[in-house]
Amino acid sequence: MIKTDVIIVGAGPVGLFAVHQLGIKGLKSEVIDNLDKAGGQCIELYPDKPIYDIAGIPECTGEELTKNLLNQIKPFKTNFHFNERVQEIKNEGDNWIVKTSKNKVFSSPNIIIAGGVGSFEPRKLSVKNAEKYEDKNIFYSITKKNKFSGKKISIFGGGDSALDWALELSKIAKVTLIHRREEFRGAPHTLSELKKEGKVDIKTKYQLSSIEGNENIQSISLKNDDGKEIKIQTDYILSFFGLIMKLGPISEWGLNMDKKTIKVNTENFETNKKGIFAIGDICTYPGKLKLILSGFHEGALASVECFKRARPNEKYKFEFTTSSKEIQARLGVKNK
Amino acid sequence: MPKITYIDSTGERRTIDVEKSLTVMEGAVQNQIPGIDADCGGGMACATCHVYVKEEWLNKLPKAEDAEQDMIDMAFEPKKNSRLSCQLIVSDELDGLVVTTPSKQT
Repeated sequence: MIKTDVIIVGAGPVGLFAVHQLGIKGLKSEVIDNLDKAGGQCIELYPDKPIYDIAGIPECTGEELTKNLLNQIKPFKTNFHFNERVQEIKNEGDNWIVKTSKNKVFSSPNIIIAGGVGSFEPRKLSVKNAEKYEDKNIFYSITKKNKFSGKKISIFGGGDSALDWALELSKIAKVTLIHRREEFRGAPHTLSELKKEGKVDIKTKYQLSSIEGNENIQSISLKNDDGKEIKIQTDYILSFFGLIMKLGPISEWGLNMDKKTIKVNTENFETNKKGIFAIGDICTYPGKLKLILSGFHEGALASVECFKRARPNEKYKFEFTTSSKEIQARLGVKNK
Repeated sequence: MPKITYIDSTGERRTIDVEKSLTVMEGAVQNQIPGIDADCGGGMACATCHVYVKEEWLNKLPKAEDAEQDMIDMAFEPKKNSRLSCQLIVSDELDGLVVTTPSKQT
Protein backbone atom coordinates (compact mmCIF):
# COMPACT_ATOMS: atom_id res chain seq x y z
CA MET A 1 0.00 0.00 0.00
CA ILE A 2 1.27 3.43 -0.98
CA LYS A 3 0.60 6.12 1.62
CA THR A 4 0.58 9.72 0.53
CA ASP A 5 -0.85 13.13 1.38
CA VAL A 6 -2.85 13.44 -1.83
CA ILE A 7 -3.84 11.13 -4.67
CA ILE A 8 -4.28 13.01 -7.92
CA VAL A 9 -6.40 11.34 -10.58
CA GLY A 10 -5.35 12.70 -13.96
CA ALA A 11 -1.99 13.97 -15.22
CA GLY A 12 -3.31 16.73 -17.46
CA PRO A 13 -2.18 20.34 -17.01
CA VAL A 14 -4.48 20.91 -14.05
CA GLY A 15 -3.40 17.74 -12.25
CA LEU A 16 0.24 18.68 -12.83
CA PHE A 17 -0.16 22.17 -11.43
CA ALA A 18 -1.99 20.74 -8.42
CA VAL A 19 1.22 18.79 -7.70
CA HIS A 20 2.96 22.16 -7.58
CA GLN A 21 0.46 23.83 -5.31
CA LEU A 22 0.54 20.87 -2.94
CA GLY A 23 4.31 20.58 -3.21
CA ILE A 24 5.05 24.12 -2.11
CA LYS A 25 2.89 23.46 0.94
CA GLY A 26 5.07 20.46 1.73
CA LEU A 27 2.52 17.86 0.65
CA LYS A 28 3.46 14.76 -1.28
CA SER A 29 1.23 13.53 -4.06
CA GLU A 30 0.94 10.45 -6.26
CA VAL A 31 -0.51 10.89 -9.74
CA ILE A 32 -2.51 8.21 -11.57
CA ASP A 33 -3.41 8.42 -15.26
CA ASN A 34 -4.75 5.95 -17.79
CA LEU A 35 -2.54 7.31 -20.57
CA ASP A 36 1.09 6.33 -20.95
CA LYS A 37 2.39 9.85 -20.34
CA ALA A 38 1.56 13.18 -18.75
CA GLY A 39 -0.40 15.93 -20.49
CA GLY A 40 -3.95 14.64 -20.79
CA GLN A 41 -6.02 16.27 -23.53
CA CYS A 42 -3.15 18.71 -24.24
CA ILE A 43 -1.01 15.82 -25.41
CA GLU A 44 -3.60 13.41 -26.66
CA LEU A 45 -6.00 15.70 -28.52
CA TYR A 46 -4.06 18.79 -29.55
CA PRO A 47 -0.29 18.50 -28.92
CA ASP A 48 0.53 20.85 -31.83
CA LYS A 49 -2.31 23.33 -31.50
CA PRO A 50 -1.24 26.65 -29.98
CA ILE A 51 -2.92 27.80 -26.77
CA TYR A 52 -3.19 31.56 -26.34
CA ASP A 53 -4.76 32.00 -22.93
CA ILE A 54 -2.24 30.81 -20.39
CA ALA A 55 -1.46 33.84 -18.24
CA GLY A 56 1.97 35.21 -19.00
CA ILE A 57 2.54 32.88 -21.94
CA PRO A 58 1.37 34.56 -25.16
CA GLU A 59 1.47 31.32 -27.14
CA CYS A 60 2.42 27.72 -26.48
CA THR A 61 1.39 24.28 -27.72
CA GLY A 62 -0.16 21.60 -25.56
CA GLU A 63 3.10 19.73 -25.70
CA GLU A 64 5.16 22.73 -24.59
CA LEU A 65 2.78 23.52 -21.77
CA THR A 66 3.03 19.95 -20.51
CA LYS A 67 6.81 20.02 -20.70
CA ASN A 68 6.97 23.28 -18.77
CA LEU A 69 4.59 22.06 -16.10
CA LEU A 70 6.63 18.88 -15.67
CA ASN A 71 9.72 21.06 -15.30
CA GLN A 72 7.99 23.23 -12.75
CA ILE A 73 7.14 20.25 -10.53
CA LYS A 74 10.47 18.49 -10.89
CA PRO A 75 11.64 19.53 -7.39
CA PHE A 76 8.82 17.53 -5.81
CA LYS A 77 9.95 14.19 -7.30
CA THR A 78 6.39 13.06 -7.76
CA ASN A 79 5.55 9.46 -8.59
CA PHE A 80 3.45 8.95 -11.69
CA HIS A 81 1.41 5.80 -12.22
CA PHE A 82 0.67 5.67 -15.93
CA ASN A 83 -1.47 3.20 -17.85
CA GLU A 84 -3.58 2.76 -14.75
CA ARG A 85 -7.14 3.72 -14.10
CA VAL A 86 -8.57 4.33 -10.66
CA GLN A 87 -11.08 1.56 -10.19
CA GLU A 88 -12.48 1.59 -6.66
CA ILE A 89 -12.43 3.86 -3.68
CA LYS A 90 -13.50 3.20 -0.13
CA ASN A 91 -13.52 5.07 3.09
CA GLU A 92 -11.38 3.98 6.05
CA GLY A 93 -11.62 6.40 8.93
CA ASP A 94 -10.36 9.74 7.68
CA ASN A 95 -8.58 8.12 4.77
CA TRP A 96 -9.53 7.05 1.30
CA ILE A 97 -8.31 3.74 -0.06
CA VAL A 98 -7.90 3.77 -3.81
CA LYS A 99 -7.41 0.70 -5.99
CA THR A 100 -6.26 0.91 -9.60
CA SER A 101 -6.85 -1.30 -12.62
CA LYS A 102 -3.41 -2.81 -11.97
CA ASN A 103 -4.39 -3.62 -8.38
CA LYS A 104 -2.11 -1.00 -6.88
CA VAL A 105 -3.51 0.26 -3.58
CA PHE A 106 -3.12 3.79 -2.24
CA SER A 107 -4.13 5.34 1.06
CA SER A 108 -4.57 9.07 1.56
CA PRO A 109 -6.76 11.61 3.34
CA ASN A 110 -7.24 13.43 0.03
CA ILE A 111 -8.18 12.57 -3.53
CA ILE A 112 -8.09 15.29 -6.16
CA ILE A 113 -9.96 14.31 -9.30
CA ALA A 114 -8.47 16.23 -12.22
CA GLY A 115 -9.81 13.82 -14.78
CA GLY A 116 -10.91 16.15 -17.57
CA VAL A 117 -13.74 14.45 -19.42
CA GLY A 118 -12.64 11.05 -18.22
CA SER A 119 -9.94 8.57 -19.00
CA PHE A 120 -8.82 7.94 -22.53
CA GLU A 121 -9.79 4.55 -23.88
CA PRO A 122 -9.74 3.04 -27.35
CA ARG A 123 -12.89 3.60 -29.34
CA LYS A 124 -14.53 0.21 -29.70
CA LEU A 125 -16.27 -1.37 -32.66
CA SER A 126 -20.01 -0.94 -32.47
CA VAL A 127 -21.26 -4.15 -34.10
CA LYS A 128 -23.17 -6.18 -31.61
CA ASN A 129 -20.97 -9.23 -31.05
CA ALA A 130 -17.67 -7.33 -31.07
CA GLU A 131 -17.40 -7.46 -27.30
CA LYS A 132 -17.53 -11.26 -27.29
CA TYR A 133 -14.33 -11.45 -29.35
CA GLU A 134 -12.47 -8.61 -27.66
CA ASP A 135 -8.93 -9.54 -26.57
CA LYS A 136 -9.40 -12.87 -28.35
CA ASN A 137 -9.87 -12.04 -32.02
CA ILE A 138 -10.37 -8.30 -31.81
CA PHE A 139 -7.65 -5.95 -30.61
CA TYR A 140 -7.52 -2.19 -30.15
CA SER A 141 -3.78 -2.13 -29.57
CA ILE A 142 -1.00 -4.60 -30.26
CA THR A 143 1.47 -5.90 -27.73
CA LYS A 144 2.74 -9.10 -29.35
CA LYS A 145 2.64 -9.18 -33.11
CA ASN A 146 3.85 -12.77 -33.43
CA LYS A 147 0.42 -14.22 -32.82
CA PHE A 148 -0.68 -12.75 -36.16
CA SER A 149 1.94 -14.64 -38.12
CA GLY A 150 0.42 -16.47 -41.10
CA LYS A 151 -3.11 -15.33 -40.20
CA LYS A 152 -5.78 -13.36 -42.02
CA ILE A 153 -5.98 -9.90 -40.49
CA SER A 154 -8.54 -7.17 -41.11
CA ILE A 155 -7.38 -3.73 -40.06
CA PHE A 156 -9.84 -0.85 -39.67
CA GLY A 157 -9.00 2.84 -39.64
CA GLY A 158 -7.43 5.58 -41.72
CA GLY A 159 -4.80 7.00 -39.41
CA ASP A 160 -1.15 6.25 -38.78
CA SER A 161 -1.79 3.32 -36.43
CA ALA A 162 -3.85 1.54 -39.09
CA LEU A 163 -1.36 2.28 -41.89
CA ASP A 164 1.75 1.47 -39.84
CA TRP A 165 0.38 -1.84 -38.61
CA ALA A 166 -0.93 -2.77 -42.04
CA LEU A 167 2.57 -2.29 -43.45
CA GLU A 168 4.28 -4.04 -40.56
CA LEU A 169 1.95 -7.04 -40.39
CA SER A 170 1.87 -7.49 -44.17
CA LYS A 171 5.38 -8.93 -43.77
CA ILE A 172 4.07 -11.85 -41.71
CA ALA A 173 0.35 -12.09 -42.44
CA LYS A 174 -2.38 -11.60 -45.05
CA VAL A 175 -3.70 -8.13 -44.38
CA THR A 176 -6.84 -6.33 -45.53
CA LEU A 177 -7.06 -2.64 -44.72
CA ILE A 178 -10.56 -1.20 -44.54
CA HIS A 179 -11.41 2.49 -44.43
CA ARG A 180 -14.65 4.42 -44.89
CA ARG A 181 -13.37 6.85 -47.55
CA GLU A 182 -10.67 7.20 -50.22
CA GLU A 183 -8.59 9.68 -48.24
CA PHE A 184 -6.41 8.51 -45.39
CA ARG A 185 -5.38 10.84 -42.62
CA GLY A 186 -2.24 8.82 -41.92
CA ALA A 187 1.14 9.71 -43.41
CA PRO A 188 0.95 9.72 -47.24
CA HIS A 189 4.35 8.04 -47.57
CA THR A 190 3.18 5.02 -45.56
CA LEU A 191 0.19 4.73 -47.84
CA SER A 192 2.29 4.92 -50.99
CA GLU A 193 4.68 2.35 -49.56
CA LEU A 194 1.70 0.08 -48.84
CA LYS A 195 0.50 0.46 -52.41
CA LYS A 196 3.99 -0.09 -53.81
CA GLU A 197 4.53 -3.26 -51.81
CA GLY A 198 1.13 -4.40 -53.04
CA LYS A 199 0.74 -6.99 -50.31
CA VAL A 200 -2.14 -5.33 -48.51
CA ASP A 201 -5.63 -5.54 -49.93
CA ILE A 202 -6.98 -2.00 -49.44
CA LYS A 203 -10.75 -1.66 -49.34
CA THR A 204 -11.94 1.91 -49.17
CA LYS A 205 -15.49 3.24 -48.81
CA TYR A 206 -16.35 0.17 -46.78
CA GLN A 207 -17.39 -0.16 -43.18
CA LEU A 208 -17.85 -3.17 -40.92
CA SER A 209 -21.45 -4.40 -40.90
CA SER A 210 -21.21 -7.73 -39.08
CA ILE A 211 -18.90 -10.36 -37.63
CA GLU A 212 -19.53 -14.05 -38.20
CA GLY A 213 -18.08 -16.86 -36.15
CA ASN A 214 -18.57 -19.22 -33.24
CA GLU A 215 -15.78 -19.61 -30.71
CA ASN A 216 -13.54 -17.56 -32.96
CA ILE A 217 -14.19 -15.11 -35.74
CA GLN A 218 -14.48 -16.77 -39.15
CA SER A 219 -15.41 -13.91 -41.42
CA ILE A 220 -16.59 -10.34 -41.48
CA SER A 221 -19.06 -8.53 -43.71
CA LEU A 222 -18.37 -5.08 -45.06
CA LYS A 223 -20.87 -2.67 -46.51
CA ASN A 224 -20.22 0.33 -48.71
CA ASP A 225 -22.21 3.54 -48.99
CA ASP A 226 -24.40 2.11 -51.76
CA GLY A 227 -25.36 -0.87 -49.65
CA LYS A 228 -23.16 -3.35 -51.49
CA GLU A 229 -21.97 -6.07 -49.13
CA ILE A 230 -18.87 -8.25 -49.29
CA LYS A 231 -17.63 -10.98 -47.00
CA ILE A 232 -13.99 -11.63 -46.19
CA GLN A 233 -12.38 -14.47 -44.27
CA THR A 234 -10.75 -13.16 -41.13
CA ASP A 235 -8.95 -14.54 -38.12
CA TYR A 236 -8.24 -11.27 -36.37
CA ILE A 237 -9.66 -7.76 -36.42
CA LEU A 238 -7.48 -4.80 -35.49
CA SER A 239 -9.39 -1.59 -34.99
CA PHE A 240 -7.75 1.83 -34.77
CA PHE A 241 -10.35 4.53 -34.32
CA GLY A 242 -8.43 6.63 -31.85
CA LEU A 243 -9.24 7.30 -28.25
CA ILE A 244 -12.41 8.36 -26.56
CA MET A 245 -12.85 9.86 -23.11
CA LYS A 246 -14.91 7.84 -20.66
CA LEU A 247 -15.76 8.90 -17.16
CA GLY A 248 -15.66 5.26 -16.08
CA PRO A 249 -15.90 4.19 -12.44
CA ILE A 250 -15.85 7.79 -11.08
CA SER A 251 -19.56 7.99 -11.85
CA GLU A 252 -20.17 5.22 -9.31
CA TRP A 253 -18.43 6.85 -6.35
CA GLY A 254 -21.55 8.51 -4.99
CA LEU A 255 -20.43 12.02 -5.91
CA ASN A 256 -22.98 14.69 -6.75
CA MET A 257 -22.93 14.75 -10.52
CA ASP A 258 -24.30 17.03 -13.20
CA LYS A 259 -24.22 14.94 -16.37
CA LYS A 260 -20.53 14.10 -16.81
CA THR A 261 -19.21 16.68 -14.33
CA ILE A 262 -18.84 16.69 -10.56
CA LYS A 263 -20.43 19.39 -8.42
CA VAL A 264 -18.07 21.18 -6.07
CA ASN A 265 -18.17 24.16 -3.76
CA THR A 266 -16.00 27.05 -4.87
CA GLU A 267 -14.36 27.60 -1.50
CA ASN A 268 -12.11 24.57 -1.66
CA PHE A 269 -13.39 22.55 -4.62
CA GLU A 270 -14.45 19.72 -2.38
CA THR A 271 -17.23 17.43 -3.61
CA ASN A 272 -20.07 16.19 -1.43
CA LYS A 273 -17.58 13.70 0.02
CA LYS A 274 -15.06 15.00 2.56
CA GLY A 275 -11.54 14.75 1.22
CA ILE A 276 -12.55 14.22 -2.40
CA PHE A 277 -11.95 17.25 -4.59
CA ALA A 278 -12.62 17.87 -8.26
CA ILE A 279 -10.76 20.46 -10.33
CA GLY A 280 -10.41 21.33 -14.00
CA ASP A 281 -12.85 20.37 -16.74
CA ILE A 282 -14.42 17.64 -14.63
CA CYS A 283 -15.82 19.96 -11.96
CA THR A 284 -18.83 22.19 -12.22
CA TYR A 285 -20.20 25.15 -10.26
CA PRO A 286 -22.15 28.28 -11.16
CA GLY A 287 -20.18 30.21 -13.76
CA LYS A 288 -17.67 27.43 -14.43
CA LEU A 289 -15.41 27.98 -17.43
CA LYS A 290 -13.63 25.01 -18.94
CA LEU A 291 -10.28 26.75 -19.23
CA ILE A 292 -6.85 25.54 -18.18
CA LEU A 293 -6.32 28.77 -16.25
CA SER A 294 -9.47 28.12 -14.19
CA GLY A 295 -8.16 24.68 -13.35
CA PHE A 296 -4.93 26.16 -11.99
CA HIS A 297 -6.89 28.38 -9.61
CA GLU A 298 -9.12 25.50 -8.57
CA GLY A 299 -6.09 23.38 -7.74
CA ALA A 300 -4.58 26.14 -5.62
CA LEU A 301 -7.70 26.41 -3.48
CA ALA A 302 -8.15 22.66 -3.20
CA SER A 303 -4.54 22.31 -2.01
CA VAL A 304 -5.28 24.43 1.06
CA GLU A 305 -8.04 22.11 2.24
CA CYS A 306 -5.83 19.12 1.41
CA PHE A 307 -3.19 20.58 3.71
CA LYS A 308 -5.67 20.94 6.56
CA ARG A 309 -6.73 17.31 6.19
CA ALA A 310 -3.22 15.92 5.73
CA ARG A 311 -1.71 17.96 8.59
CA PRO A 312 -4.55 18.31 11.10
CA ASN A 313 -2.14 19.31 13.86
CA GLU A 314 -0.43 22.09 11.93
CA LYS A 315 -1.77 25.52 11.24
CA TYR A 316 -2.06 26.49 7.58
CA LYS A 317 -0.03 29.55 6.79
CA PHE A 318 -0.48 31.43 3.53
CA GLU A 319 2.89 32.28 1.98
CA PHE A 320 4.31 33.77 -1.19
CA THR A 321 6.91 31.97 -3.29
CA THR A 322 8.81 35.27 -3.59
CA SER A 323 9.44 35.56 0.12
CA SER A 324 8.97 32.21 1.84
CA LYS A 325 12.29 30.56 2.65
CA GLU A 326 10.40 27.33 3.34
CA ILE A 327 8.76 27.27 -0.09
CA GLN A 328 12.04 28.15 -1.76
CA ALA A 329 13.74 25.29 0.05
CA ARG A 330 11.05 22.92 -1.19
CA LEU A 331 11.61 24.22 -4.70
CA GLY A 332 15.33 23.69 -4.30
CA VAL A 333 16.06 27.38 -4.80
CA LYS A 334 19.65 28.25 -3.93
CA ASN A 335 19.83 31.45 -1.93
CA LYS A 336 21.77 34.07 -3.76
CA MET B 1 -33.37 33.64 -34.73
CA PRO B 2 -32.73 30.69 -37.05
CA LYS B 3 -34.59 27.52 -36.18
CA ILE B 4 -32.65 24.29 -35.95
CA THR B 5 -34.36 20.92 -35.63
CA TYR B 6 -32.65 18.07 -33.82
CA ILE B 7 -34.13 14.61 -34.27
CA ASP B 8 -32.91 11.97 -31.85
CA SER B 9 -32.38 8.32 -32.75
CA THR B 10 -35.89 7.43 -31.52
CA GLY B 11 -37.37 9.94 -33.96
CA GLU B 12 -38.28 12.64 -31.43
CA ARG B 13 -38.02 16.12 -32.96
CA ARG B 14 -36.97 19.21 -31.08
CA THR B 15 -36.98 22.54 -32.87
CA ILE B 16 -35.31 25.46 -31.14
CA ASP B 17 -34.24 28.99 -31.91
CA VAL B 18 -30.47 29.18 -31.96
CA GLU B 19 -28.68 32.47 -31.78
CA LYS B 20 -26.69 33.35 -34.87
CA SER B 21 -22.94 32.63 -34.72
CA LEU B 22 -23.37 29.84 -32.21
CA THR B 23 -22.60 26.38 -33.55
CA VAL B 24 -25.24 23.72 -34.03
CA MET B 25 -23.42 21.86 -31.23
CA GLU B 26 -23.64 24.81 -28.84
CA GLY B 27 -27.32 25.26 -29.69
CA ALA B 28 -27.92 21.69 -28.54
CA VAL B 29 -25.75 21.76 -25.43
CA GLN B 30 -27.09 25.11 -24.19
CA ASN B 31 -30.67 23.97 -24.65
CA GLN B 32 -30.28 20.53 -23.06
CA ILE B 33 -30.89 18.72 -26.35
CA PRO B 34 -29.85 15.11 -25.75
CA GLY B 35 -27.68 13.10 -28.13
CA ILE B 36 -24.75 15.49 -28.50
CA ASP B 37 -21.91 15.00 -26.00
CA ALA B 38 -19.29 17.47 -27.28
CA ASP B 39 -16.62 16.13 -24.91
CA CYS B 40 -13.85 18.37 -26.21
CA GLY B 41 -16.02 21.48 -26.15
CA GLY B 42 -15.81 22.33 -29.84
CA GLY B 43 -12.13 21.77 -30.57
CA MET B 44 -12.81 19.30 -33.39
CA ALA B 45 -10.88 16.78 -31.37
CA CYS B 46 -13.35 14.13 -30.21
CA ALA B 47 -16.17 13.47 -32.73
CA THR B 48 -18.82 13.26 -30.01
CA CYS B 49 -21.00 16.01 -31.51
CA HIS B 50 -21.52 13.91 -34.64
CA VAL B 51 -24.82 14.44 -36.49
CA TYR B 52 -26.41 13.31 -39.72
CA VAL B 53 -27.50 16.23 -41.85
CA LYS B 54 -30.76 15.89 -43.76
CA GLU B 55 -29.89 15.15 -47.41
CA GLU B 56 -31.38 18.32 -48.88
CA TRP B 57 -29.18 20.38 -46.56
CA LEU B 58 -25.94 18.62 -47.32
CA ASN B 59 -24.95 20.80 -50.28
CA LYS B 60 -26.11 24.02 -48.68
CA LEU B 61 -23.57 23.75 -45.88
CA PRO B 62 -19.96 24.88 -46.12
CA LYS B 63 -17.91 21.84 -47.07
CA ALA B 64 -16.21 19.90 -44.28
CA GLU B 65 -12.49 20.57 -43.95
CA ASP B 66 -10.08 17.63 -44.11
CA ALA B 67 -9.58 17.81 -40.35
CA GLU B 68 -13.32 17.44 -39.83
CA GLN B 69 -13.45 14.43 -42.17
CA ASP B 70 -10.49 12.95 -40.28
CA MET B 71 -12.44 13.18 -37.04
CA ILE B 72 -15.61 11.82 -38.62
CA ASP B 73 -13.59 8.69 -39.45
CA MET B 74 -13.62 8.02 -35.74
CA ALA B 75 -17.26 8.86 -35.08
CA PHE B 76 -19.86 6.27 -34.21
CA GLU B 77 -21.34 4.87 -37.45
CA PRO B 78 -20.38 7.62 -39.88
CA LYS B 79 -22.37 8.03 -43.09
CA LYS B 80 -22.13 10.15 -46.24
CA ASN B 81 -24.16 12.89 -44.56
CA SER B 82 -22.12 12.92 -41.35
CA ARG B 83 -20.91 16.25 -39.96
CA LEU B 84 -19.52 17.48 -36.69
CA SER B 85 -22.08 19.90 -35.29
CA CYS B 86 -19.32 22.00 -33.67
CA GLN B 87 -18.26 23.02 -37.18
CA LEU B 88 -21.70 24.17 -38.34
CA ILE B 89 -22.14 27.84 -37.55
CA VAL B 90 -25.72 28.98 -37.30
CA SER B 91 -26.69 31.77 -39.69
CA ASP B 92 -29.77 32.90 -41.61
CA GLU B 93 -28.72 30.50 -44.36
CA LEU B 94 -29.02 27.62 -41.91
CA ASP B 95 -32.54 28.59 -40.79
CA GLY B 96 -34.60 25.39 -40.88
CA LEU B 97 -31.64 22.99 -40.77
CA VAL B 98 -32.56 19.49 -39.67
CA VAL B 99 -29.99 17.17 -38.11
CA THR B 100 -30.37 13.68 -36.68
CA THR B 101 -28.24 12.51 -33.79
CA PRO B 102 -26.79 8.98 -33.87
CA SER B 103 -28.00 6.34 -31.39
CA LYS B 104 -24.86 7.07 -29.38
CA GLN B 105 -21.75 9.17 -29.65
CA THR B 106 -19.12 6.68 -28.49
